[in-house]
Amino acid sequence: MKDSTPPTGHWLDSRLPFLRPFCQHMARFPMPPVNLLWTIGACLMVAFGLMFVSGLFLSLHYQPDLSLAFDSVEAIERRVPSGWLIRSIHTGGVSLLFAALYIHVGRGLWYGSYKAPREIVWLSGLFLMLLFMTTAFAGYVLPWGQMSYWGATVITHAVEAIPGIGHGLLVYLLGEDTLGGVALHRFFILHFTLGFIIAAIVGLHILCLHGTGSSNPTLDSPHPDRTTRPFAPFYVTKDCLAVCVFLAIFTVLIFFLPGLLSKLDNIIPANPLKTPADITPEWYLAPWFAMLRAIPSRLGGLIAAASSLLVLFLLPWLDRSPRHNATYRPLVRLGMGFFFIAFITLILAGMHGATPLWVWLSRGAMLVWFLTFLVLLPLVAYRERQAAGNAPTQGETP
Amino acid sequence: MTQKHDANPAHSSLDDGDSLLPRPTRRTVLTAGSLALGGAGACTLAVPFLDSLRRTQASSAASTHEQTVMDVSVQDLEPGAHKVVVWQGMPVAIQHRTPEMIRALEDPALLAQLLDPQSRIRQQPREAENTHRSLRPDYGVYVTICTHLGCVPDYQNIASLPASGGFFCPCHGSQFDGAGRVLRNMPAPYNLPVPPLHFVDDHTIRLGESPLSPHYSMNSIQQL
Repeated sequence: MKDSTPPTGHWLDSRLPFLRPFCQHMARFPMPPVNLLWTIGACLMVAFGLMFVSGLFLSLHYQPDLSLAFDSVEAIERRVPSGWLIRSIHTGGVSLLFAALYIHVGRGLWYGSYKAPREIVWLSGLFLMLLFMTTAFAGYVLPWGQMSYWGATVITHAVEAIPGIGHGLLVYLLGEDTLGGVALHRFFILHFTLGFIIAAIVGLHILCLHGTGSSNPTLDSPHPDRTTRPFAPFYVTKDCLAVCVFLAIFTVLIFFLPGLLSKLDNIIPANPLKTPADITPEWYLAPWFAMLRAIPSRLGGLIAAASSLLVLFLLPWLDRSPRHNATYRPLVRLGMGFFFIAFITLILAGMHGATPLWVWLSRGAMLVWFLTFLVLLPLVAYRERQAAGNAPTQGETP
Repeated sequence: MTQKHDANPAHSSLDDGDSLLPRPTRRTVLTAGSLALGGAGACTLAVPFLDSLRRTQASSAASTHEQTVMDVSVQDLEPGAHKVVVWQGMPVAIQHRTPEMIRALEDPALLAQLLDPQSRIRQQPREAENTHRSLRPDYGVYVTICTHLGCVPDYQNIASLPASGGFFCPCHGSQFDGAGRVLRNMPAPYNLPVPPLHFVDDHTIRLGESPLSPHYSMNSIQQL
């Protein structure tokens, strides 16, 4: 779409000199023949944009005060004009955002998008995932219902597992001895500020991607396709199509299934004297909740949950094979397949009660998680590099 | 992916090539259509967000009605004294006038200094359009919100009108006489409003109700 770039001698061109090269770069950015999974990034941008805007409008009505928080959320639902819709966009949007996020990360795992020269794209993406998880958790505390209060209690008490400084750190983070008004205000400021930090790191993530270019899923196949097409109009159109489908799902979720992903216990005001009978996290944080529960040691569970994320950060160095696409790496394909099943198992385990069946399933899933990344991938990568005739590992030419 | 921009050849042959206007390409039409639909979608999405900025509905209708009518006892208000009460979130000054103060309000020297000495502009109910600008000469009741930019003028002695007393706005220096009438050459354009009121008995003023002018309210005046 050449029309989108300002013509030469444009009034803005001489005053904002970077505008024209930027538009040209965006429009002409050469895209390899990527498939539909590469459109999820655009969906994530749209989902984050909706979360950001709806969050700003909600913050105009929300009161981060112990005695007002719950009622202010009720007021948003009942008395603020269109408040129910904005809150619905925000609370429903988080589930869709995480669904898209996990598919996006899963695509990166399957197609080896973490490999050289895209390590920073991968690391900034994982960092974004951690920020999203923190933001979602902090946001869930804000309505100050029963699930908010007890979810926050359980997670903040995980800090106590850290030997020696645990209790002191907990009190320092809460700002008082128990989870109360000071902590609520901190959670609000954290939630609000992280939105802006995420926006900045999304910019960094995309900047890194545009430095190296998108990965090419056909390179390892018997018929590699090295042709590229300009981003506009080919991939603009493709992204728009995916965003339309994404928004259609979003709309159905908000207008037709508003209660699907919310917990009734959270429309009961927080009561520090009564823990709800069934305390389960939101599905997108359930895998790590299942891990905390599967290890019969408080510190052990914390270490396992943290390590499960840490191994993802180490992937570019655990798998140094020149081959990217799991489709053409039989053992990796098997391992990744098992990992995806393990991830879904952990989600289901976290959302169910701590029965022996689910605890053992979580343990099995954790074993698959760590074996895939710490044993299978390095071994396969070692054999592939041997087979490549000790040729030096090199990233594909961008 | 259509790489050819031109419309299909069957159509071009129907034109016989006479058309003076360039035919829009398929891509131009699709781009314009998508942008129009996308723009319409974005505008629709903006509706609930802008809607949420409207005034929040009150939690119950009863609580707002209670505040519209308020009884104020003036039994302990000595002649010459004044007090300020809050009615519907607005400061209302009530002064008990001495006979000298009432006489001072009719002084031609004072009236010559005023912008609207006869209270022609509707800032008060009909029954207060008189020389003392109140229902009873001995009680003056005014909403002390400056008609300039909304600050609250203070009741005090004003050097140019010692006898009647007056209101002085600290923000931009507007001066009003003891009956809330603005002086000439002041930033404020109108007199201070008189709230709807009547006397329930000799010592009780009911704010928010004026049986003589039932349609008079703070929404029907020239400017608050």
